[in-house]
Amino acid sequence: MDMKTLYLTVPLAPLIGAIVAGLFGKAIGRTGAHVVTIAGVAVAFLASVLIFQDVQAGNTYNGPVYTWLTAGDLTLEIGFLIDRLTVLMMLVVTFVSLMVHIYTIGYMADDPGYQRFFSYISLFTFSMLMLVMSNNFLQLFFGWEAVGLVSYLLIGFWYTRESAIYANLKAFLVNRVGDFGFLLGIGLIWHYFGTLDYAQVFQMAPHLANRTLSLIDGHAWGVLTVICILLFIGAMGKSAQFPLHVWLPDSMEGPTPISALIHAATMVTAGIFMVARMSPLFELSDAALSFVLVIGAITALFMGFLGIIQNDIKRVVAYSTLSQLGYMTVALGASAYSVAIFHLMTHAFFKALLFLAAGSVIIAMHHNQDIRYMGGLRKYMPITWITALIGSLALIGTPFLSGFYSKDSIIEAVKYSDLAGSGFAYFAVTLGVFVTAFYSFRMYFLVFHGKERFHNPHHGDHEAGKDVPHGHGHGHHPPHETPWVVTVPLILLAIPSLLIGYVTVDALLFGDWFGHAIHVAPQHDGFARFAQTYHGPFAMALHALQTPAFWLALAGVALSGFFYLKRPDIPALLAKKFGVLYRILERKYGFDEFNDWFFARGARLLGGRLWRWGDVAAIDGAIVNGTARLVGRIAGVVRHLQSGYIYHYAFAMIIGVLLLATWFARA
Amino acid sequence: MTEGIGLLSLAIWVPIVAGVLILATGGDKNADGQRTLALIGAVLGFLVTIPLWTGFDYASAGMQFEELAPWIPGFNVHYRLGVDGISMLFVILNSLTTVLVVLAGWQVIRERVSQYMAAFLIQSGLLNGVFSALDGVLFYVFFEAMLIPLYLIIGMWGGPNRVYAAIKFFLYTLLGSLLMLVSILYLYFQSGGSFEILAWHRVGLSMTAQTLLFVAFFFAFAVKVPMWPVHTWLPDAHVEAPTGGSVVLAAITLKVGAYGFLRFILPIVPDASREYAWLIVALSLIAVVYIGLVALVQSDMKKLIAYSSIAHMGFVTLGFFLFNPLGIEGGLIQMISHGFISAAMFLCVGVMYDRVHSRQIADYGGVANTMPRFAAFFMLFAMANAGLPGTSGFVGEFMVILGAVQVNFWWAFLAATTLIFGAAYTLWMYKRVVFGAVANDHVAQMKDIDSREFVVLGLLALCVLGMGLYPLPFTEVMHASVDNLLAHVANSKLVH
Repeated sequence: MDMKTLYLTVPLAPLIGAIVAGLFGKAIGRTGAHVVTIAGVAVAFLASVLIFQDVQAGNTYNGPVYTWLTAGDLTLEIGFLIDRLTVLMMLVVTFVSLMVHIYTIGYMADDPGYQRFFSYISLFTFSMLMLVMSNNFLQLFFGWEAVGLVSYLLIGFWYTRESAIYANLKAFLVNRVGDFGFLLGIGLIWHYFGTLDYAQVFQMAPHLANRTLSLIDGHAWGVLTVICILLFIGAMGKSAQFPLHVWLPDSMEGPTPISALIHAATMVTAGIFMVARMSPLFELSDAALSFVLVIGAITALFMGFLGIIQNDIKRVVAYSTLSQLGYMTVALGASAYSVAIFHLMTHAFFKALLFLAAGSVIIAMHHNQDIRYMGGLRKYMPITWITALIGSLALIGTPFLSGFYSKDSIIEAVKYSDLAGSGFAYFAVTLGVFVTAFYSFRMYFLVFHGKERFHNPHHGDHEAGKDVPHGHGHGHHPPHETPWVVTVPLILLAIPSLLIGYVTVDALLFGDWFGHAIHVAPQHDGFARFAQTYHGPFAMALHALQTPAFWLALAGVALSGFFYLKRPDIPALLAKKFGVLYRILERKYGFDEFNDWFFARGARLLGGRLWRWGDVAAIDGAIVNGTARLVGRIAGVVRHLQSGYIYHYAFAMIIGVLLLATWFARA
Repeated sequence: MTEGIGLLSLAIWVPIVAGVLILATGGDKNADGQRTLALIGAVLGFLVTIPLWTGFDYASAGMQFEELAPWIPGFNVHYRLGVDGISMLFVILNSLTTVLVVLAGWQVIRERVSQYMAAFLIQSGLLNGVFSALDGVLFYVFFEAMLIPLYLIIGMWGGPNRVYAAIKFFLYTLLGSLLMLVSILYLYFQSGGSFEILAWHRVGLSMTAQTLLFVAFFFAFAVKVPMWPVHTWLPDAHVEAPTGGSVVLAAITLKVGAYGFLRFILPIVPDASREYAWLIVALSLIAVVYIGLVALVQSDMKKLIAYSSIAHMGFVTLGFFLFNPLGIEGGLIQMISHGFISAAMFLCVGVMYDRVHSRQIADYGGVANTMPRFAAFFMLFAMANAGLPGTSGFVGEFMVILGAVQVNFWWAFLAATTLIFGAAYTLWMYKRVVFGAVANDHVAQMKDIDSREFVVLGLLALCVLGMGLYPLPFTEVMHASVDNLLAHVANSKLVH
């Protein structure tokens, strides 16, 4: 089989699965639906492995599949760019997707929308693959919006629930704000480069490094700075960076498997991938890189704070995702693209693991998600417990685990960066380590250790306990471990969460594995300076014991253990003592209120005014119907002129003659 | 010049003859027979247009499938037909829409079936005439005549306020076209006694004459598009029109206005077009932003889609006055795509209206529970309306935005707000109507779409997806004609 067929197989196999399960779901039944979609994703995964081997052997590919459109000088093609960056993403996407597909058999077992769900997640896999395999900006935007569509469909999967259909609309619209910037960035690329093909754009980019454009009179900005910031606005939407982060926590309304696949492991990392892919552009603009760095740092730290006070198990993980996406963005800003992608990969494994473990807990808790009503579950669910512990340890950056290598590298890369804002970013990512450890183990302790609180008859508040609409009888049986379709994906994800960092860090970060797929300008390459101190993964882990990050993480774990196992009264006391602070966190810094008030209500108010005053009153009222009235009124006046009296007419004639005479006399 | 009856004549007269036949044999006793006859007429009318595309010469910028016969020799008026890359697709789109409309009205229309069907068929023939007429008088006759069936459709099968809406529609559009008549006569004399539209393209004109002609044609066509601020007839007409009327109005009639810009304004008065492009661009951008916001607050689904139509047509006029290939082809693509999507959206509202007899968003909620198949179709069309890539709705907007960036970044910026507004008003409506728990007994009793509705919506879904995934065949036919037009517009034809 030639390689191009193989490339095509990767996205098309899940697409076929999605179409079959979606259109013929009733005919093929539940088993048929999961068999056909899992087969599709499995084929995609295996093909990705083959392609990986081919790329590993030094082959790359860049070519079209078909011509989408031509107009004027513009030719737009659908095509693939297969290099090391692409193939790594393909592996991550197809592997996590495969795990989530299998897991779904157990998680959605009782759901009436079983086939629909499988169709959606396979469609998502297709879209995500088209996104990462693209060789041009058009197809990138295609995939970009397509994953947004599937995310929308899946957040609102339980469409009878008001909170779910609020969340999906919000997610779509916030993403559209990002896409708005993204599209304009693509427009400027077309204008300045005359093509939307990656390779040509990257090749021409250095020639545009000093070009400026003036969007506001008197202010000249670098063309590439404007382009990169606009593209990054797209990434801010998709990868939920401050201030476009607001949709991600609400997206937890969707079923847990998609929280793992879409809202943790893959889709939300599309923005990270995109910026890494565009490294030849971003490297040419210090201003854009600084912008990326600062936005990432804000997200990494401040979203972490919010994780501390969440009581919904999925929301804790969601805020942790936001914060980790911030870390990746910081790495991008520090020009450590390979580190960002490395963290993307390790995060995909351990965060998918944490979400799926959370889902396993949710199943055992009969779909109550409030961690205040859990506790002591390690006795009942050993596999979930151990895998969740592995995930948490990886997340907080425990030496030797996967998350350590990626996160520590980010911190080091920022330390060596000279860009404006890198000082703040370094502070944010370092302090963030403590915050991450604290909220992660707060959740871990509350769920798996301590007193069993799930016998409590009143069942959490209504904000929390909700994942599947049809409730089970709860509290009658002790919780038990979930079935194998759930636990096997947990185990299969726990393995890379443990090992993938140790095994691959050498090649991926310090071995120039990405080659030409990622471009770093020498003056930005702070990470290279860190690399000089690197002596293998083992030494790196040992060295970590001397860094503040390690001790901060340890302190976070210890403090949360003290608070939530030994002295549960302290957190409540602190919340009372620092009431203002607590309320700020509880209201998530007020972004939701502000957006609802300013944008949502503001737009409706403005629309209503324009309609009532513009269309109805001014145009229809005054002009259209006004014309009709005016005609009537003039006719009414003119009617009186024809009075029939000779002296009226004679008088008018005299006046007229006088006026004419004056007119001619003037000239 | 073809021997015998040409394809374009068939495209015009097959539906008209079928319509007259239905009227002649009509009567409500054999309604099913009338429906079948109408369907046969519509399908035949569609079939004869297909060779226009398959036999089209992509390389030629000139008129193809031309027909010429003397009509009123004393005034040099001819029966002159022909299509180029700009008009050809609209003849096909119109004939396809007619088939859909006949199917959509199959069971819904129970009174005066024969007259209803005949009105649509005759209208279809007249619209084909508008798109293929190359003689000024012939164009004007078709242009005016097509108003009559639509006026009747709204006035007879419309809602409670139909008379107000019909008269508003009629006067609004008639007022515009009277100015056009004056222009046509002026051009007749300026060109030395010719009514041939292509000859007018070559007539030299002073700036004053161009400006006056621009204003006159602008009013005639801007009302049809409709452009802000002469758009207020459209929401009223849609709200009162029966589903089929809305479909034809949105899918085809609006396109006549935009077509006029390309056939008359740009080539006949190129200097005035360039001079006043800023005005058209401004009005187009107002349509996108202002109307986008207005659409957000509509509580009547048809009004909402009507306003959404105005915003989408704003892209068409914006694209035309960018004077680059992406803009003009993007505008044309947007016209065709809007034909599919607006037709589908109005049909979707019609499907629900047939069951619940309300267009108010507030009367619905949770339709997905009782009509899952319908909800899937509606989702697709809603996403297309919001310009999702992969659907036809994306292609034209994307092209026009790219074209706009080349001219002025801020134009593109304002145009791109449709990404947000379009999604906001469409999906918010979808959320309130389709998602949620079953809102009331009416919704609980709604039956999912039947096979006839499935065919209609399925056909449109194929069109929307097909054009979104592979728009190349649509733009390929345009290139030669659009390049030719642009070259023409770039040359001044000022005479002092």
